[in-house]
Amino acid sequence: MDVTRLEINRRTALLTSAAIAANVINPMRAFAQETPRKGGVFNVQYPAEQRQLNPSIQASTGVYIIGGKIQENLVDLDANGQPVGVLAESWEAAPDGKTVTFKLRKGVTWHDGKPFTSDDVAFTAMNMWKKILNYGSTLQLFLTAVDTPDPQTAIFRYERPMPLNLLLRALPDLGYISAKHLYENGDIRQNLTNLAPVGTGPFKFVKYERGQYVIADRNPDYWRPNAPYLDRIVWKVITDRAAAATQMEAGELHYSPFSSLTISDMGRLAKDKRFIVTTKGNEGNARTNTIEFNFRRKELSDIRVRRAIAHAINVPFFIDNFLGDFAKLGTGPIPSTSTDFYPGANTPQYPYDKAKAIALLDEAGFKATGGNRFSLKLLPAPWGEDISLWSTFIQQSLSEVGIQVDIVRNDGGGFLKQVYDEHAFDLATGWHQYRNDPAVSTTVWYRSGQPKGAPWTNQWGWEDNTVDKTIDDAATEVDPVKRKALYAEFVKEVNTELPVWMPIEQIFVTVITAKARNHSNTPRWGSSSWHDLWLSA
Amino acid sequence: MRILSLAGRRLAASIPTLFLILIGVFLLLQLAPGDTVDALMAQMGGGDAATAKELRQFYGLDLSVPAQLANYLWRLVRLDLGFSSIYGKPVATVILERLPPTILLMTASLSFAFFFGLLFGVIAARGVNRWPDTLISTLGLVFYATPSFWFGLMAIVVFSVYLQWLPPGGFEDIGTIRTGIWHVFDIAAHLLLPTLTLGLIFLAIYLRIMRASMLEVLNLDFVRTARAKGLDETRVITRHVLRNALLPMVTLIGLQAGTMLGGSVVVESVFSLPGLGRLAYESVVQRDLNTLLGIVFVSALLVISVNFVVDLLYARLDPRIAAEG
Repeated sequence: MDVTRLEINRRTALLTSAAIAANVINPMRAFAQETPRKGGVFNVQYPAEQRQLNPSIQASTGVYIIGGKIQENLVDLDANGQPVGVLAESWEAAPDGKTVTFKLRKGVTWHDGKPFTSDDVAFTAMNMWKKILNYGSTLQLFLTAVDTPDPQTAIFRYERPMPLNLLLRALPDLGYISAKHLYENGDIRQNLTNLAPVGTGPFKFVKYERGQYVIADRNPDYWRPNAPYLDRIVWKVITDRAAAATQMEAGELHYSPFSSLTISDMGRLAKDKRFIVTTKGNEGNARTNTIEFNFRRKELSDIRVRRAIAHAINVPFFIDNFLGDFAKLGTGPIPSTSTDFYPGANTPQYPYDKAKAIALLDEAGFKATGGNRFSLKLLPAPWGEDISLWSTFIQQSLSEVGIQVDIVRNDGGGFLKQVYDEHAFDLATGWHQYRNDPAVSTTVWYRSGQPKGAPWTNQWGWEDNTVDKTIDDAATEVDPVKRKALYAEFVKEVNTELPVWMPIEQIFVTVITAKARNHSNTPRWGSSSWHDLWLSA
Repeated sequence: MRILSLAGRRLAASIPTLFLILIGVFLLLQLAPGDTVDALMAQMGGGDAATAKELRQFYGLDLSVPAQLANYLWRLVRLDLGFSSIYGKPVATVILERLPPTILLMTASLSFAFFFGLLFGVIAARGVNRWPDTLISTLGLVFYATPSFWFGLMAIVVFSVYLQWLPPGGFEDIGTIRTGIWHVFDIAAHLLLPTLTLGLIFLAIYLRIMRASMLEVLNLDFVRTARAKGLDETRVITRHVLRNALLPMVTLIGLQAGTMLGGSVVVESVFSLPGLGRLAYESVVQRDLNTLLGIVFVSALLVISVNFVVDLLYARLDPRIAAEG
């Protein structure tokens, strides 16, 4: 059936009984018998300040960590990773996949007292998601109009079929609503509301002191009964990882999101009873470590060389000794946390086999003269400690099979420019961040015809018609079962051709005070609204 | 008044220098791969090419480099520092917000380093090659050799995590609103550890300079004269030696006021202080040209004014300088 209807009572029941859900998710600690305590200030580390805070125009965890408490999305993910209505109460797709109708929640008001209506949804979708929002502009490329027959109904009209499960998986991140009355005049990007957001969420923006902190207070008129529990959230700008760990220990911070401490500090705090260190609650932010090959290098355009490189690197050894419990062996571009699309490990894999790597390189005709076959330039992305370690590990592993690797380090802007625009790399390594549906985040890494300069896309100088066709078919396939099969086929094809190798799977790590309750209870908890979060005495 | 005209001439001479520095920084940043839109993309975790193109227009990056430079200089002549692309407000406002913590931290740690450097330098010189000297010189060397981030982190671990006497970071307490004298105490408590951290390294340099310069002056003829006319040792030191030995210290303070602005990136990050150093670092990473040039401009102004004060101090300490012009 293409038509999906949501039973709202069941969903809300599930949400309000989140205390029970938390107990199921986290069996180590049972809190179900505790009654939620009202009040308290929750202090959060804000490791990297963004240019603005409105999640309707910027899709990144750095914005959701604040804006996601103030503004709300149409749909979020529940404890089981299934879409659950927030500002939308129910939805329905037409059989041809070209219209999706959302029924909106009644009695919701903006923090400034104005009512929330379908006009806000239509305005946000057409002017922000479609035009400004990163990833949103791709997702909503074929959105032609949003009709608003009444204040509680928004009908999305698409030129081409939009698979409902793609839209629902994308909307938790790409479906935040902004108030039309605050944005309809003037340039949306320059609107000062972006730095003092107004939303419908459980917390009201109070103050943003650049370089220091952001404060939001409890919204007394929030639409969910008895929510939120916290009086105030304070985000403290702390850029130094080691300093953040000491602030956790001094009790000045309750929560450090998205792996913002050093790997060694996370390991240390995990042994401390005052903290919980977990990947739980971040499944929606899975990422894979990559090796990206530049096919403009003659050696790398030979599939035997790419496979030899993969065989030459002992990934399990690297994970055990450098990343520890926070990572596991990856099997391809779709991570195992993606219950809807993970095809299993039954696709071509490249286990560590040095002899085979050497044989493949010899066969390809790259003989070692003086121990060195050829040299490669490796560009690591500056996002995390793991990438830096991984690039050194690649360098050392490849020297064992006679490939000399020179590491060239850049900062963020420099890395993106050199790899995705100037193509001035032989090997590059960074993160592929999976965003719940391969069509949102992943297929652009493989689909040919990406404009030069678009970061995290296929800039390898590689093109494969079969893969392109699989990607295009899957993007418009409305039957969820057929879609999943197409993506399994896609993984098989790209693991065979290996334009990019994704051998490590990681989930962001949360470090949070053991006093927090109802935390980490959804797959994108760090980004979610925290309406049910509370602090025990 | 000759000293004033001398200083005035120096000020005038520093204006071309200032422009050369600004043009240099502008061109240097052009050499760095990527622009502010690439940095934004890196921060957002991706975006499509159409968005990137539109953003480049939005930030005025579609112009050629000479045109951008000319625009910038023309604005600067009218004392307009431009608009910050990461903060979305005028650069002047952004810098003004960050200036108080920076100047507080800078003056506090420089005064700390200067005062104790002087004191320990004198003590070490008077007890040269005996235990006070050895102890002070060894400690100085330890402070000098220890990286400031480690000092800062250890100070936090000891005083904030274990003893819980002082806050581990930030500029002021956010939880409670304090007014008047309590607000001052609150900021002082927050600045104590960063001041010590930043000051200790400079302290090491000052005490070594002071010690060396004291030893040198102590051997000069006029000191022997002073002793010969029957002055007691304390008077010889304070009235005659100290004043002459201070000149290299004053020179150093002028030079280091500039370094301190840049050197505080580490301390500001460790203690989460909203200072100019961190702002500069972020502007480079985010390729926010206007903000970076604004900071260079303001820092240069600060250095020039500190040097101006140093010139006046020279004249006060050693009247010969003013007389010779």
